[in-house]
Amino acid sequence: MSEQLEQVLQNQKKQMDSELGSNHREEDITQLVGFIVGDEEYAIPILNIQEIIKPIEYTRVPSTPAYVLGAFNLRGNVIPLIDLRMKFNLPALNQNEDTRYIVMKEGENIAGFVIDKLTEAVRLKASQIESAPETLHKEKGTINGIGKRADSILTILNVSSLLKRDF
Amino acid sequence: MDDLQEILEDFLIEAFELIEQMDQDLVELESNPEDLELLNGIFRVAHTVKGSSSFLNFDILTELTHHMEDVLNKARKDELKITPDIMDVILESVDMMKGLLESIKENGNDTESGIEIKNICAQFDAISNGKSIPEKQEGECLEAEINEVMNEMTSPTIEESPAPQEEPTPEPETAVSDEDLSSLSDDEVEAEIERLLAEKMEEKLAKKAKKAQSTPESKPAEVTITPEPQIATPAPKPAVPVKKEVAKAKTPPKKVEKKVASTPEQTIRVEVNRLDHLMNLIGELVLGKNRLLKIYDDVEERYEGEKFLEELNQVVSSVSLVTTDLQIAVMKTRMLPVSKVFNKFPRLVRDLSRELNKEIDLILTGEETELDKSIVEEIGDPLVHMIRNSCDHGVESPEIRIAADKPAKGTVNLKAYNEGNQIVIEIKDDGAGMDADFLKMKALDKEIITEREAENLSDKEAYSLIFKPGFSTAAKVTGVSGRGVGMDVVKTNIEKLNGIIDIDSELGVGSTFKLKIPLTLAIMQALLVSAQEEYFAIPLSSVLETVRISIDEVYTIEGKNVLRLRDEILSLVRLSDMFGVEQVFDSGEHAYVVIIGLAESKMGIIVDGLVGQEEIVIKSMGDYLQGIEGIAGATIRGDGGVTLITDVAAMMNLAKGIKVDLTQEASNNLTQVKNNPSDYNVLIVDDSKTDRTIMQKSLAPLGVTLSEATNGVEALNILKSNETSFDAILVDIEMPQMDGYTLASEIRKYSKYKKLPLLAVTSRTSKSDRLRGVEVGMTEYITKPYSPEYLRNAVSKNIKLPVEA
Repeated sequence: MSEQLEQVLQNQKKQMDSELGSNHREEDITQLVGFIVGDEEYAIPILNIQEIIKPIEYTRVPSTPAYVLGAFNLRGNVIPLIDLRMKFNLPALNQNEDTRYIVMKEGENIAGFVIDKLTEAVRLKASQIESAPETLHKEKGTINGIGKRADSILTILNVSSLLKRDF
Repeated sequence: MDDLQEILEDFLIEAFELIEQMDQDLVELESNPEDLELLNGIFRVAHTVKGSSSFLNFDILTELTHHMEDVLNKARKDELKITPDIMDVILESVDMMKGLLESIKENGNDTESGIEIKNICAQFDAISNGKSIPEKQEGECLEAEINEVMNEMTSPTIEESPAPQEEPTPEPETAVSDEDLSSLSDDEVEAEIERLLAEKMEEKLAKKAKKAQSTPESKPAEVTITPEPQIATPAPKPAVPVKKEVAKAKTPPKKVEKKVASTPEQTIRVEVNRLDHLMNLIGELVLGKNRLLKIYDDVEERYEGEKFLEELNQVVSSVSLVTTDLQIAVMKTRMLPVSKVFNKFPRLVRDLSRELNKEIDLILTGEETELDKSIVEEIGDPLVHMIRNSCDHGVESPEIRIAADKPAKGTVNLKAYNEGNQIVIEIKDDGAGMDADFLKMKALDKEIITEREAENLSDKEAYSLIFKPGFSTAAKVTGVSGRGVGMDVVKTNIEKLNGIIDIDSELGVGSTFKLKIPLTLAIMQALLVSAQEEYFAIPLSSVLETVRISIDEVYTIEGKNVLRLRDEILSLVRLSDMFGVEQVFDSGEHAYVVIIGLAESKMGIIVDGLVGQEEIVIKSMGDYLQGIEGIAGATIRGDGGVTLITDVAAMMNLAKGIKVDLTQEASNNLTQVKNNPSDYNVLIVDDSKTDRTIMQKSLAPLGVTLSEATNGVEALNILKSNETSFDAILVDIEMPQMDGYTLASEIRKYSKYKKLPLLAVTSRTSKSDRLRGVEVGMTEYITKPYSPEYLRNAVSKNIKLPVEA
C-alpha cells in the first residue's frame, strides 16, 4: 500500500516537474514581428508595438534630419514619423500598398516607423537568438541580436535606441 | 495617517494664504499703526497658525507664533506701540514662519529647516517686556540672555508667587543654576523661559494689583507695560478714544472684506491635477469641434440646398457654441486673481525703500484681474525684477526729487487690466525716466552694440537695451541691482509666455512698462499662414498686424531685407527660408507680411498665404521632436492633419542667420527653360479608353509628353507624388470614384496649382454644367465632340507652346 502510494506520489512529482519544465521553456520564447526594409528582414519584440497602421498623411517638421519625415495624427496624439529606409542609408522608395507605419513604444517614448512590408509574427526560442557579431557594432546598440530560423536570419532591432533622438 | 496628511495639506494651504494676507496687512499697518481692525486681523493669523501647528506638533512653529502672538496681543490692547523697529522684527519672524512652512511642506516637519528662532523669540520677549530690542545675536549669546532673564527672576518678589503645580523639581526656581540650563534641551530651555516669563507677568500683575480689575483667564491683557526710555514711543494714549477713532476710520476695502466674511463664499478646493485633466479633455473637444465645422463646410458644398443641411447647421452651431462656453468656464476655474502675485509687492517696496533710503509709495490697482494659474506662477519673478528696477533706477532719492520740484515721496503704480484676449500689467513710476543717449553710451561701453547700430537706434529701441544680458547702468553692484541680470530674466520669462513688453519713458517725468500676456497657455488663438504647401500657426498674441506689400517696397540694408512700415524699419524674412520649405512656385509681385512682436522686438515675416484665425490646442510632439528650433509644438486641425505652431522667440533668432536676398531672387525668375515640345507635360484624365485614345491621337502632332489617369483619385495621386510637373490637365467630368468637378476643386486647393490650366473635356453641354466648371476652377470647357484641331489649339494656347513658324 505504502509502496503504491509512493509510486503515485512519484508519478505526480514527475508530471509536475515536466509541466514546470515546459512552463520554463515557454518563458524563453520571444515573440517578434518581422518586417522588411530594403532587402533585409528585421524584427522587433511584439510588446514594443503599439499598433501597425496603413500610411496616412503627415506634416513635415523643419530642422530635422531627412529620415525624420515629420509628425502625424494618431487619434489626437501627435507622433513623430521616421523612415527606416533613410535611417539605414537606403535609397528612398515611394510608398506603396505594402508600406506600413509601425508605432513603437518604449516607456514614454513613442514614434512611428515607415517600413516596406510586414512579414509575420515570429516566435523564437532563446537558443535561436544570438548576440550581434562584433563587426556589426558599427551603429552601437541599434541591433539587439540575430534571430536564426531554419531558412533565414532576422535582425532584431533595439527599440529604445531607435526611439532615441540622435540629432 | 491619510486623514492626518489631509489635515496637514489643508493646514499648509491655509497657512500660506494667511501669511500672504498678513504680510500685506503688516505693511499697511506700518503706515496706519492705529488701525485696530488690521491689528486684530494680524493677531488672528498668528493665533490660528499657532493653534493648528500645536495640534500638528510643529513645536518650533508653535513657539515662534506664540511669541509673535504675545507681542501682537499687547499691541492690539494698546499696551505696545508698533515702531518700525518692532515691525522689522515682526516681518523677520513672518519670513521665518514662511521658511518653517516651506520646510514642513518639503520634509513634513519643521525641525529640518535649519531656522533658528531663539533670537527672534528673545527679541519678542524683550519687546513684550517693554525693553529695547537686543541686537541680533548668534546662538552663543543665548545663554547670556537666559542669564539676564534669570537675574531678573531672582528678585526677592518672586518668592511671593507660588511655585507652579506642574513643576516636577522640588527645588525652588531660584536654585536653577546656569549648569542646569545648559544641560537642558532647546525645547526645555524655551519652555523654561516661557514659564519664567509667565511668572514675571504675574509678578508685575501683583505689583499693580490695585489698579487692575482682572479676570484670571485674561491675565496678560491687563498688564500695562510702561515702555522704557530706549524705545522711542510716544506715551500711550487712553485706550478708549483710540478705539473710537479706529472705528470711524474704517477703510473701504476692509468693509468689503467684512462683507465676504459674513456671507462665506461657497468654494471647494480642487486638485490642480484634476483641473489640468479637465483642460486636456476640453482641448480634445475643441479639436473635435473644429473637425465638425470643417466637415460641415464640405457637406454644405456638396449637398447645397438640401433640407437636412439646415438641421445639421443648427446642431453644429449649438455644439460649437456650447464647446466655446465650456472652454471659457473651465478656463475660469483655473483663473487666479493677480493679487496672488501683487500681494507680496507692498512688502518688497517697503524693504527696498528702507534699503535705498528713498520714499516710495506703491499703488496697486486691478488686483482682481484674473489670469491662468500657470501664468500667475510665471509672472511673479519678472514683476519682482521690474519693481526693483523702478524703485532703484526709476524713483530718485528725496533730495533730488525735491530739487526737481517733485514731491519727496515717489510713486510706483502697479496696474493690471484686461485688453482683448490679453492681460496688461503696467508698471509706472514718476521717477527720472530713461535717457536714450545715456543708454546707448552705456551699451557702447559694454560692447553690446556697435557705433553704427547706436546711430540707427530709435529712442524706443534704445530703451529696450536694458533687456540685454550684461547691461546695467548702475555705477556699482549693490544688493538691489547692478549685475545686469534682472531685466534679462524679465525678457526671457515674458517671451516664454508669448508676451510683449512695451516701454514708454520721458526724461524727468517717469517710465511706463507694459507687459502684455495671453490669458491662457493651453488653448490659444493662432493665425494660420502658408509657406508654399505647408501650413504654420503663429500665436495670435504675437501677431501685431498683417500687411500686403509689393516686392518694390523691400529694401536691402547690409545684405538684409527690410521693410519700411510707417515710421519703423523692420527686418524681413521669408517663412519658407526660415523653415527650409522648398520654393516651388513664386507668389508674384505681391507678398503678405505678418508683423510679429515679442517682448520688445518686432519683425516682418513673408508668407505665401494667410489662411485665417483659428483656435488651436497645443500638443506636445513627444521627446523625439521636442525642442526643435522655431517650433513650439503642434496642433491638430479640423481636417485631422498636424500643423506646427511656431515659437516666435526662436523664429526671431532663426531670422538672424538667414541671408536670402528677395529683391535679387525676384529678378532672376525661377521658371525653367523649355526648349522642346516634349518638355511640356499634359495629363489626360478620362475613364473611357476610347476617349483617351482620341485625345492622344489629337494631341500627338504637338509632340508634347502625355500621361494618363483613369479617374480623379488616380490623377490626384499622380499629382501628389510630385514626379512630373504638369503644364495642363485634360479632365473628363463623368468619372467613377472622383468626378471632374471634385478633382478640379481638390487640385485648386494646392497653392502651386492655382494657375495650372485645367481643361474640361465633356459631353455635358448645359449652361449649369459650364457654370459649375467655372466655379470649381476649370480654365476652359471643351464639349464633345470636338475636332482634333480645336483640342490641339486649346491645349497649345493654354500651355503657351511656342508656335512653330
